[in-house]
Amino acid sequence: MNIISDKYKTVKPEDVNVWFKAAPVSSFPKDGGACVKYKDLQIAVFNFKRLNKWYACQNLSPEKEEMVLSRGMIGDHKGIPMVACPLHKKTFSLESGDNLNGDLDAIATYPVKIEDDIVYIGFSE
Amino acid sequence: MKTIIVVGNGMVGYKFCEKFMAKEGSKSFKLIVFGEEPRPAYDRVHLSEYFENKNAKALEMAPRTWYEENEIELITNVRVSDISRKSKTIVTTKDEKYTYDYLVLATGSSAFVPPIKGIEKEGVFVYRTIEDLDDTMNYVAKLKAEGTQKKAAILGGGLLGLEAAKALVDMGLETSVVEFAPRLMPRQLNNDASKSLQTKLEALGIKILLSKATQQLTGDSFMTGMQFSEDETVPFDMLLVSAGIRPRDELAKTCELEVGTRGGIVVTNDMRTSDTDIFAIGECALLNNMIYGLVAPGYDMAEIVVEQLLGDKEANMPTEIDMSTKLKLSGIDVASFGDALNENDGLEIVYENALQGIYKSIIVDKEGKSLLGGIMVGDASDYSMLHQIFLNGMAIPENPEQLILPAGADGGSFGDVMDLPNEAQICSCENVTKGQICGSIESGESKDLADVVSCTKAGTGCGGCKPMVKDLTEATLKSLGIEVKDSVCEHFDYNRQDLYKIIQVKGYETFDEVLDNHGNGGHGCELCKPLVASLMASINADTANKEYAIQDSNDRFLANIQRNGTYSVVPRVPGGEITPDKLIALGEIAKKYDLYTKVTGGVRIDLFGATLNQLPLIWKELIDHGFESGHAYGKSLRTVKTCVGSTWCRYGMDESVSFGIELENRYRGIRAPHKIKGGVSGCIRECAEARGKDFGLIAVEGGWNLYLGGNGGATPRHAELFAEQIDNETVIKYIDRYLMLYMRTAKPLQRTAAWQERLEGGLDYLKEVIIEDKLGIAEDLENEMQTLVNKFECEWTQAINDPEMMKRFNHFVNSDDDDDNLVFVPLREQKMPEKWV
Repeated sequence: MNIISDKYKTVKPEDVNVWFKAAPVSSFPKDGGACVKYKDLQIAVFNFKRLNKWYACQNLSPEKEEMVLSRGMIGDHKGIPMVACPLHKKTFSLESGDNLNGDLDAIATYPVKIEDDIVYIGFSE
Repeated sequence: MKTIIVVGNGMVGYKFCEKFMAKEGSKSFKLIVFGEEPRPAYDRVHLSEYFENKNAKALEMAPRTWYEENEIELITNVRVSDISRKSKTIVTTKDEKYTYDYLVLATGSSAFVPPIKGIEKEGVFVYRTIEDLDDTMNYVAKLKAEGTQKKAAILGGGLLGLEAAKALVDMGLETSVVEFAPRLMPRQLNNDASKSLQTKLEALGIKILLSKATQQLTGDSFMTGMQFSEDETVPFDMLLVSAGIRPRDELAKTCELEVGTRGGIVVTNDMRTSDTDIFAIGECALLNNMIYGLVAPGYDMAEIVVEQLLGDKEANMPTEIDMSTKLKLSGIDVASFGDALNENDGLEIVYENALQGIYKSIIVDKEGKSLLGGIMVGDASDYSMLHQIFLNGMAIPENPEQLILPAGADGGSFGDVMDLPNEAQICSCENVTKGQICGSIESGESKDLADVVSCTKAGTGCGGCKPMVKDLTEATLKSLGIEVKDSVCEHFDYNRQDLYKIIQVKGYETFDEVLDNHGNGGHGCELCKPLVASLMASINADTANKEYAIQDSNDRFLANIQRNGTYSVVPRVPGGEITPDKLIALGEIAKKYDLYTKVTGGVRIDLFGATLNQLPLIWKELIDHGFESGHAYGKSLRTVKTCVGSTWCRYGMDESVSFGIELENRYRGIRAPHKIKGGVSGCIRECAEARGKDFGLIAVEGGWNLYLGGNGGATPRHAELFAEQIDNETVIKYIDRYLMLYMRTAKPLQRTAAWQERLEGGLDYLKEVIIEDKLGIAEDLENEMQTLVNKFECEWTQAINDPEMMKRFNHFVNSDDDDDNLVFVPLREQKMPEKWV
C-alpha cells in the first residue's frame, strides 16, 4: 500500500467532525476546481455551477500518484458528475469516487458546504 | 501426478504447452519439455527479421520465466535419443532417463538439402534456425570484407526462400533465387501470378532464375558457382538452401512407430501415433498421408492433443484442412486459398493489372455457384471476404467476376459482410464469429466499436480483422435503426464542422451558450469542452485566458503539463533565429529556477520542472527580455523550422529564415483542430525538412515550391507538391486559404495530413478550391485569417498583467505553499522527476 494514498479516506456527511473553512466562493472558477490545503492533505474542490453543487475529493490522481486532479476538467458522463485527470484523461465520479473509464482505485470524496459565501470541507478529524 | 513429456520446443511444441496450461485440469499433470536448440521456442515464421535486428529475444514465443511460472520443466540444448515404449521411458544424449505417461512428439522438420554434387563445400548454408542465420551472416561479413561485389544464390523459390532473398539483398549482396519449377511459390501460385510476383521482386533487386536444375556446385574447398547444364555455369560466392523440409521422424523409428514411406510419423485424426500413448503434432506428423508445413494446422493439432488429454476425447482434426495463406512478402501482398491451382477442373476468372502489378484469380465450379479457390498478388484486400465465402460455402453473385474487379468498375457490389453466415469466423486469433459480434450489439451489450472490441475480444490479436469488425458493427447498428454518427461526444449530436458553423453564425462566446442551445441536456466533458474552446478561439481569436476552466490541460495553464504535474516552458523563437543576449537570458532564467533544459524537436528551447506557482514568475522575466508565448501547449502553430538560407549559405536560393520568421509571426497563436508546423528550406537540399510539415516551402529558381499536408508523428507522410515557383505574396495567400479551410472542416484532433488524405477529391479538389476558387470562398477564407492575424495577442503577457487571470497559478487557494509531493532526482548535471511507481 502506498503511504500517500492511505491518507485519503472518504468522509460521509454523517461522519464529519470538523468543518474546515477553506476559502471564499470566488476563489473557485465556475464549473472548475482548485486545490485546498488541510493539514498535510491536498483536497480538490469543484464548483459545479451547472448543477449548483460543490464537490471535494483527493487532489492525488490514483493512476501515477501526482497531485493534479484539481486542475482537471469537470462535466458529466452519462449523467454522472465527473472530473477528468489532466495527465491521461482518466475520469472519476465526483459522487462515488469511482474510476469511470478504467479499473483504477476509487478516489476519496469529502462533503462540502457553503455558508456566507465561504466554502467549508468536512473531515472526520 | 502423471507426466507428459514433450519432445521438441518449436512453435507447435510451445503452442501445445500454452494451450495445455490454459485448460482446466492441467495442474494434475507434470510437463517436461525437451528442446535441442540452445534457446526456448521462437517464431520461425518471422525468422528473416533476425537478419535485420539480430534480436533473438524479440522472436521468443515466451521467455524462460513463463515456463517456470507454469511449473513446466524446460530442458534445452539436449536431444532425446531413444524411446522405450515398453518401459515408457526416454533417454537423452546426456544419458539421462525420464519416465512418461504420455509422450508428445513435436520434433518438427529439418531443412531438405538436395543431394547435389559439391553441396558440402564451404559457403553453403541452410535456413532453419537462429544458429543457421548466425553462420550465414558471419560468412556474408567475411565475403564483404574482401571489398568486391559478392553474389549469393537461394536454392528454392518458396515462401522462405523469397524472404531470405530480400534479407540478403538488404545486406548488400547481388542475390538470385534459383527455382527448379517454372514458377515461384509453385504450391501456392500459378504461372501468371508468379510472373506478377516476379516483376515486383525484380523491382526490389532480386534476380529470378526459373526451371533450373542444379547439376553441381563448382569450386575447390569453397563454392564459386552453380552449374545448371553443360554450357551454363553461373558464378556465386555463397548459397542458401531453402528447398523444402523433411520431417524429423528418426526418433519414432528408434521405437518402431509407424512412419510414412517418404517420412513423417503416421497419425490418425486424433493425432495419436501407432502407440496410443504417443502423439505427434506439427511438421513431423503425417496426417492423411500429408505433411502440413504451415503453422496454423500445427496449432490445431496441438489443440486436439490438449482436448484428447484434458477434455473432449472425441476431438479430431477435420478431414479437410485449410491451407490458405496470406502474407506480406517484402511488402508485397501474396495470398492463396482453396484449390488455388485449379486441380479439380473448375473455371477460372482472372483480373490482371500489369501497370499496378496486381494479379487476382478465382476458381468457381462449373455451375458458377460456389467459390473453390483463388490467388492474389499485389493486392490481397479482398482476401478476408473471399476466404470467408470459400470456407462457408456461400452463394456467389451471378457474375462472379465482381468478386475481384476493383470497386468502381463493375465490381465492389458484392462482398457485403452482413451476407456472411453467423458461424463465420471473423477473428481467427480470438476465435470470434460474426454471430458473436452482431449479437453483442443486438443484445445491447455493445453500443459502438470500442464496446464490441472489449466485449468480444475481436481484433485484439493480430488486428487483421479490424476492418471487418468495424463494417459488421456499423452495419448491425444501422440495421437496428441506430444512426452511426461522428458527433463529438455524448453531449452534442453534431460533428466539429457543424459546431464550427453554429458558433460562427450565432456568434456564441461561452461554452454554456453553445451547450444550452445545442447540447443534449448534459454538462459537457473533457471532449466537447476543449473542442468548443478551440472553435471559439478559431472564430473569434480568443486566447485561452478567456474561459480557462473549459480549456484542455495544457491550455488552461498556458504550459505543457509533464509527468509529475509540473510544467515546461517554451518561449517563441521565430524561425529559430535567436540573439546571443536572448540565449543568455534563457540560460540565466533556467538556472535561477533550476529548470531542466533541452532543445526541442522543433529546435526551440524547453525549460522543464516549473511548478504552477513559478510559471508567472518565469514568464514575467521572459517577457521582460522580449520573449513571448511559444504556444507549445496549444493545438496551434508551433514552429516554422528554417535552414539558414541565402543570407549565409553558399547554396541558398532565397532567404528562408526571413520568410520563415514572417510566416511564424503571421500564424502564431491561431487555434486549429491540431498542432501545425511549418518549414522553409532555402534550396532543394531541404535542410529544414519542410516536406515533413503541415506546410513546407522550398526555394527554387523563380520562386517557392509549396508543399502541403506533411506530417511526422505516428503516421509520417510527406507533404504533397501544391504549387510551383510562386512568390511570397502568393505563398501567404495559399497558406491562408489552406489553413482556414482545414480549421473549418477537419475532425477534432485531425492533423492536416489525415484531413487532406480523406478529403474527397484529394489534392486536385484542394487546388480547385484554393487556386481556382471554384467555391467562391477564397476571399472569405483570406479575410477570416487576416482577422485572426490582426487580433493576435500574447496570452502570457495578457495573463501576467491581469490579477484576476493570475489567480489560477497557485497550487493552493488557501496557502502560498507549493506542492509538497514533488520529488526530483539528479540526471546528468540536471534533474528529472522521480520515476513512476
